[in-house]
Amino acid sequence: MAYEGEDKILEEVTGKAYEFGFTTDIDSDKAPAGLNESIIRLISSKKNEPEWLLEWRLKAFRTWEDMTEPEWSHLQYEKPDFQAISYYAAPKQKKVLASMDEVDPELRKTMDKLGISLEEQKRLSGVAVDFVMDSVSVATSFKDKLADLGIIFCSMSEAVQEHPELVKKYIGSVVPVRDNYYSALNAAVFTDGSFCYIPKGVKCPMELSTYFRINESGTGQFERTLLIADEGSYVSYLEGCTAPQRDENQLHAAVVELVALDDSEIKYSTVQNWYPGDEKGKGGVYNFVTKRGICHARSKISWTQVETGSAVTWKYPSCVLKGDDSVGEFYSVAVTNNMQQADTGTKMIHLGKRTRSTIISKGISAGKSQNSYRGLVQIMPNADHARNFSQCDSLLMTDRCGAHTFPYIETKNPTAQVEHEATTSKIGEDQIFYCLQRGIEEEQAISLIVNGYAKEVLNKLPMEFAVEAQKLLAISLEGSVG
Amino acid sequence: MLTIKNLHAQVEDTAILKGLDLEIGPGEVHAIMGPNGSGKSTLASVLAGREDYEVTAGSIDFDGTDLLELDASERAREGLFLAFQYPVEIPGVSNLNFMKAAINAKRENQGLDAISAKDFLALVEEKSALVELSGRLRDRSVNEGFSGGEKKRNEIFQMAMLEPKMAVLDETDSGLDIDALRIVSEGVNAMRHEGRSFLVITHYQRLLDHIVPDHVHVLSDGQIVKSGPKELAFELEAKGYDWIKEDTA
Ligand SMILES: Nc1ncnc2c1ncn2[C@@H]1O[C@H](COP(=O)(O)OP(=O)(O)OP(=O)(O)O)[C@@H](O)[C@H]1O
Ligand SMILES: [Mg+2]
Repeated sequence: MAYEGEDKILEEVTGKAYEFGFTTDIDSDKAPAGLNESIIRLISSKKNEPEWLLEWRLKAFRTWEDMTEPEWSHLQYEKPDFQAISYYAAPKQKKVLASMDEVDPELRKTMDKLGISLEEQKRLSGVAVDFVMDSVSVATSFKDKLADLGIIFCSMSEAVQEHPELVKKYIGSVVPVRDNYYSALNAAVFTDGSFCYIPKGVKCPMELSTYFRINESGTGQFERTLLIADEGSYVSYLEGCTAPQRDENQLHAAVVELVALDDSEIKYSTVQNWYPGDEKGKGGVYNFVTKRGICHARSKISWTQVETGSAVTWKYPSCVLKGDDSVGEFYSVAVTNNMQQADTGTKMIHLGKRTRSTIISKGISAGKSQNSYRGLVQIMPNADHARNFSQCDSLLMTDRCGAHTFPYIETKNPTAQVEHEATTSKIGEDQIFYCLQRGIEEEQAISLIVNGYAKEVLNKLPMEFAVEAQKLLAISLEGSVG
Repeated sequence: MLTIKNLHAQVEDTAILKGLDLEIGPGEVHAIMGPNGSGKSTLASVLAGREDYEVTAGSIDFDGTDLLELDASERAREGLFLAFQYPVEIPGVSNLNFMKAAINAKRENQGLDAISAKDFLALVEEKSALVELSGRLRDRSVNEGFSGGEKKRNEIFQMAMLEPKMAVLDETDSGLDIDALRIVSEGVNAMRHEGRSFLVITHYQRLLDHIVPDHVHVLSDGQIVKSGPKELAFELEAKGYDWIKEDTA
């Protein structure tokens, strides 16, 4: 992958912390299937958690018990049996393969197309790699650099042990336990995730990324991420990975909370490529994620996401614009192919005065997939002169797929300005032929056209990520016109 | 360069080309004129390999290869270029990236490495000067928001970039103002070369004042019904097409 140098090393360092922090005091035990209070007590004690956190989990569990799983008109899937899942297992070491020959050829092909280097491919697919001493010393220096700036970037488990005051203050403050069915479940049973704190006035000099960590140890089903940007600070955070991620866990219900204190800025970029299942949709991951950020005065949160994976995606990264003059942005490209279903969008809640939000959503549907945009723009009574601009475009690759747009706008303040634009278009045969006539092959033609269509969003991604995301879009849509 | 024999083609079961013969030698410029709906653009589309057009009979030899055996992008890489009557807009794809992709596709076909950034920019400078394409247009998305005339100019710019063996210009003159017509014609003339042939589709003699053809053909109802030297174009301009139809009837 394109992450050379800083990011890579940074990740390797934090990766170590994660791996060891988790496995040293726990044997390879696995909780029996099912969810009840004693399982939650088990999770909490295995993780050596403070009493308040156990109480928080138990409360969440009772809340969840009283809730019912939501029905989604545009999503069809077999509902998971929550009592059939085992909620605690010590993280398995991935099976180490002796050479690349043991790696699934399909996976290798995709990684080749993404331009992932051989070394990287080995690491991603769990092939034993020689350890280079050199990188250790460099890695240490980056860890030092972050520490010098006072930046905390570690696993959630570690943060609970090392920085309990920060965790206690902010966990559940943005996504309350009872926000929704999946967030309540996550609060009860989350096993790990990432934690990040940027101190006052600090501009984090590198992109922080969970990318390596996730690949080394496999994500939990119930991840929990908490990111706090203190006053006047800045951070750009990357989540996910362009390489296809398979997982035996079908259900993923993560929670991400962002806190942007006064005058701070958080850029949160996601490339999500969970296994979408085969052409019939079998075996794909269900991805139910709750992501939300709160913006204090004059702060800014930008969500940028490229979604190509999962059998079912349900996800609405949102901003609560609490402080006056705060800004929320949402840039999204969501591709669905074959039998995939995506129901994504955002919520922009305007509470403060002169708050501004921008929503740019680009849906691309291929095969027989269904792609829905669902967005809520809410202007509350005190939000004088709040402004929103939303643009939702849908591109259809075939006659059999579907695109749906559900914009909800609630304005409780007469000074608000809300604009919404939506378009739906079919990929042009004429455009493809034009490319062919210039000697460009069909696959590349589609890639050019689709990337052109999604450009506004891709441009928001950090440079290296953008290049990979472009390739990823092309791969996700191979052979999909018709 | 191009030998078309007894070409029959149809769209959705409607026969449009009905036994067309045409031979274009290397370095030659041929003009095709003919009434609206006679099949001129259809011929261009069939040559370029558009799939909606089904060839039901006949053959096309392109510089020694059977053109009908190649798909559209292969034909282009073999050196066949079509300047579209209605150039297509591709939002978000920069004109230069588009050209780079096209040039590299061709180079790959020839077993060459991708063009270097330096060589590419030099080529862009040289060729855009040829048709006086401003930097503003080069840097925009392919044809997006271009005026009709700007789109045509961009087609000729692309032709110059790709240096085809055979170029088909479908009504490149329509929509051009007088200056643009001269500029585009000069661009085409500058590209005339012993190894490069042109098929120029037009309704107007005035284009042929600038791009002087070796031969002029009249296409009517899917067939070439009359061929002659460049003077034929004057006759057509003066008399229209009816006299030919009567002649051949
Ligand atoms: N895709 C298509 N589907 C149906 N009919 C078509 C199609 N393309 C062309 N035709 C028909 O074929 C005939 C020839 O069309 P063509 O565009 O080749 O004419 P032309 O000689 O280029 O005309 P003009 O001078 O107006 O450009 C017309 O009757 C047209 O309606
Ligand atoms: Mg025509």
